Amino acid sequence: MEQLQQILDQALQQFAVISDEAELEQVKARYLGKEGSLTVLLKGLGKLSAEERPAAGARINQIKQGIEAALQQRRDALQQNKLMLQLEAESLDVSLPGRGMGTGGLHPVTRTLARIEQLFHSLGFATTSGPEIEHDFYNFTALNIPENHPARAMHDTFYIDPQHVLRTHTSPVQVHYMETHQPPLKIISPGRVYRVDSDATHSPMFHQVEGLWVDENVSFANLKGVVQDFLQRFFEQDDLQVRFRPSFFPFTEPSAEMDMSWKGGWLEIGGCGMVHPNVLKHVNIDSEKYLGFAFGLGVERLAMLRYGVNDLRQFYESDLRFLKQFN
Amino acid sequence: MKFSENWLRTWVNPDLSSEALGHALTMAGLEVEALEAVAPAFNNVVVAEVLEVVKHPNADRLNVCQVNVGEASPLTIVCGAANVAVGVKVPCARIGAVLPGDFVIKQAKVRSIESFGMLCSDKELGLSTESDGLWLLPADAPVGKTLREYLELDDKIFTLKLTPNRSDCSGMVGVAREVAALTGSLLKPLDIQNQPVTSTEQLPVNVSDVAACPLYCGRLVRGVNAAVATPTWMLRRLERSGLRGINAVVDITNYVMLEMGQPLHAFDVAKLSGTITVRRAHKGESLTLLNEQQVVLDEEILVISDDARVLAMAGIMGGHGSGVETATQDVFLESAFFQPDAIAGRARRFGLATDSSFRFERGVDFAAIRQALERATQLLLEICGGKACAISEVRGQVPARVAIALRRTRVARVLGIALDNNQIASLLKRLQFDFAASGDDFRVTPPSYRFDLSIEADLIEELARLYGYDNIPALAPQAAMTMLPYSELQRPLARIQQILVARDYQEIVSYAFVEQQVERELCGNETPVALQNPIASNMAVMRSSLIGGLVGALRFNLNRKQSRVRLFEAGACFAKVDGEYVQSQRLSGLAYGEMQPEQWGAASRLVDFYDVKADVEALFAPQPLRFAAAAHPALHPGRSAQIFCGEQAVGWIGELHPQKQQQYDMAQACVWFEVELGALTQAQVPRLSEIAKFLPVRRDLAVVVDEGMTVQTLLDAMQQISASYVAEVVLFDVYRGKGVEPGKKSLAFRVLLQDTHKTLTDSEIEPSITQLVAVMQKHGAQLRM
Repeated sequence: MEQLQQILDQALQQFAVISDEAELEQVKARYLGKEGSLTVLLKGLGKLSAEERPAAGARINQIKQGIEAALQQRRDALQQNKLMLQLEAESLDVSLPGRGMGTGGLHPVTRTLARIEQLFHSLGFATTSGPEIEHDFYNFTALNIPENHPARAMHDTFYIDPQHVLRTHTSPVQVHYMETHQPPLKIISPGRVYRVDSDATHSPMFHQVEGLWVDENVSFANLKGVVQDFLQRFFEQDDLQVRFRPSFFPFTEPSAEMDMSWKGGWLEIGGCGMVHPNVLKHVNIDSEKYLGFAFGLGVERLAMLRYGVNDLRQFYESDLRFLKQFN
Repeated sequence: MKFSENWLRTWVNPDLSSEALGHALTMAGLEVEALEAVAPAFNNVVVAEVLEVVKHPNADRLNVCQVNVGEASPLTIVCGAANVAVGVKVPCARIGAVLPGDFVIKQAKVRSIESFGMLCSDKELGLSTESDGLWLLPADAPVGKTLREYLELDDKIFTLKLTPNRSDCSGMVGVAREVAALTGSLLKPLDIQNQPVTSTEQLPVNVSDVAACPLYCGRLVRGVNAAVATPTWMLRRLERSGLRGINAVVDITNYVMLEMGQPLHAFDVAKLSGTITVRRAHKGESLTLLNEQQVVLDEEILVISDDARVLAMAGIMGGHGSGVETATQDVFLESAFFQPDAIAGRARRFGLATDSSFRFERGVDFAAIRQALERATQLLLEICGGKACAISEVRGQVPARVAIALRRTRVARVLGIALDNNQIASLLKRLQFDFAASGDDFRVTPPSYRFDLSIEADLIEELARLYGYDNIPALAPQAAMTMLPYSELQRPLARIQQILVARDYQEIVSYAFVEQQVERELCGNETPVALQNPIASNMAVMRSSLIGGLVGALRFNLNRKQSRVRLFEAGACFAKVDGEYVQSQRLSGLAYGEMQPEQWGAASRLVDFYDVKADVEALFAPQPLRFAAAAHPALHPGRSAQIFCGEQAVGWIGELHPQKQQQYDMAQACVWFEVELGALTQAQVPRLSEIAKFLPVRRDLAVVVDEGMTVQTLLDAMQQISASYVAEVVLFDVYRGKGVEPGKKSLAFRVLLQDTHKTLTDSEIEPSITQLVAVMQKHGAQLRM
């Protein structure tokens, strides 16, 4: 019996210092293999008397279980250790940059237009568009600006031929739309427009958004309401002050220029007014029954204020150092 | 319209500061563009006379002057100006004066002599930017009077940005009327008397186009002295309105124009012959204008002529050689009403914009034509002397002012505010409009000086303007709500743009006009849509493709040391086809440099045709595209293709031609594409089809073909025979090298075979594979084992 306890102690000591799985299995054989010391003892049971045999057998089995448990524990430990080493060896520098393509971005004007459209869509305005080479009739005459009207001089028009111009505003879209649709109408029309003008605050090409609402009961007060609501939402500033100043556009009456408060002063942001009865007449809409308001917003101006751009020309230089700042 | 505030206040003097007055005008639609002081702040500067000038004993360049400032004893002032002299009158800053720049004048010793002030130049007083000595004042300048008072320097200049409808405010009378209406202040009108007529002599006047000139008044004034100096007060007002003095007679006509908004013209009678005629010009007739510009006229142009020649472009500009000069003795004064239609646009045709055309083309007060002539006569007699003859008048039909109906209910509907009848009446009264009221209905007759009031909406605007736009509330509209249509058959542009953004393209916006050369070189376009009046030669024609803007933007960025550039733009392209302008919306992009941003974890390589082809395919997915080799003026002939979506040609893709690449100083080629936006935005509503329950069978086929054989040819051939169960044939490898003869290539196709109802057996598959191999062999392919 003394001998059994020694075997167990010896096995436990040996297992504890083994760091290799194969070696562990070899050592295991010394105890539990065919010629292993416990196996020999078990074989020797037969030599014992029938009285001694059960107690000795139980004792040997107990030792055997002890060895097997220690063995399994050592195996688990070695495997765990091996896994730890593997994981450690496999660890990455997670701070290395990700692999693959970068991402591009939208132009700030596109970004601004998207915001404008979204805001007006929420009020039920549909988006429409029109041609950029425009017939003189749509750009001027149908908008109550006859030939030789002094307002034509205000427009600094690019001419393609005597009958065609690069549209000087998005207002012609109003006419196209009303020619083919009956009130109630509620549209916006964003797009490029052109004027013969170029400096830090004027570009020969720029963007406008035209808005038009024709219905039986829309008023100048509603025009003020919609424009003010838009500007406050666009700039995310509930207390933004908006001012309407009498002005003149041949296609609206009353007409107003819209100013918004900015850094202690007022900044012009666009023009607006009630659609002139002559414009409605051109498209066979009964101006007694229907009223409308229209507005035109300068998109670059809105983008400049929103994003802190000071020179209009930067929008068209396509400088990646500029464009990437809006991604 | 530019004018002196002091002048305005002689007409109407509201109890408002300059700024408050300016604000009131702006908020009434007469935008004050500028409000500037005539002179910067300074004080204690008086008119002085230099009595004695003695060389400074200790300084060569200095003089010791005795200066009379209107007090009992003269002041001793040391002065360094070269133009100081006995008898000159100059501004003198006295001890304690503060000059611009907070420069305080103190009593000081100048080289041991006490000086009691400073004689000033106009520069030192902030009235000019340069100066070459003391400011020499007129000999009659009153000694001792403060300079500010003497020169009326406590004045401000208003500049109004007049809208085309408010010609009535192009004269002081109109601005004053407006201020009176806005502020309720009393308006002091001009007191214009008919001038005594001392002779019945008249020049014969003939108006042959009475429709264009329904009222013409003229009169002779004989024996004037045109050489007399224009009075200081008049010159000052002219100058503060931005006009310079010319001679007394011309100054008077200009002055009356500023006062009354009525342009006048004065002819030198000695240079006239025969009858004064107002008529249309004959085609080809020529005239040298006052500014010495030579113009060739036609029937569009109204002129004033005599028996010998054309004297003036009516209402626009006088001619050279008939105007008043200092030697002129007899004057013919003209005051007329020309119909706006007969004048509008004419000046612009000749590149002119005159004070006169500005007023006539917008409309002048036809009821004040004669008055203006009387006013000018009055000033002429006062200033230049002479004798006034009787007025010749030719009168046709001046514009009628018809009463306009104005309904209170309409006012409420348009403005969204309920003005009552009393409010409306009171606003109309302030505007000095004639009206009759009956209940809710008004009949308003516009005044002769307003050309912008002809319908009810015009009057409603007047009411709103005077009531104050600020006083109209901002109200949310109320309307029946319906949803906007949202078709799934269209993909919004925004979503398409996002595909390119996600694939590392940066959007640009470039000008729609480009240099003609760009169109020729990159688009082979010899007949671009050209602008008649381009702003610059590099913006002379409309683009027929977006390539010019993209290549320009690429070059701009390469010049700024960018080495990897990926750009796109969406926009219109222009062409003229069969006399019609075609404006197609396109989407175009280009990629240059490394395929991926420089990075540690991927081998670096340049972007190529197939990278960009994948981008184009992604744009159109799930619609399949075909790419057919085709030549494009900008592209490498072996590396360019036309893109087809179904049968429709939808765009181009390719590598920039090596010659262009060299020409544009690009180290590498860029790959460009352009597609029609219309084709891109089309979409289908998905319809689900049954998902096969059985797994497909894969067979790989490798064939060797000639280099020249395109993959598309084989794919099309395999597609055409419609072999059973073949669900998909995809090229997955191209191999050249060991085992393949030179001049040949090996192509490997993955064939997926599928049946929806059963698992396929080899015996079912084999016939299809055999068919596929056979059709490829027909195209010269050898099966590779």
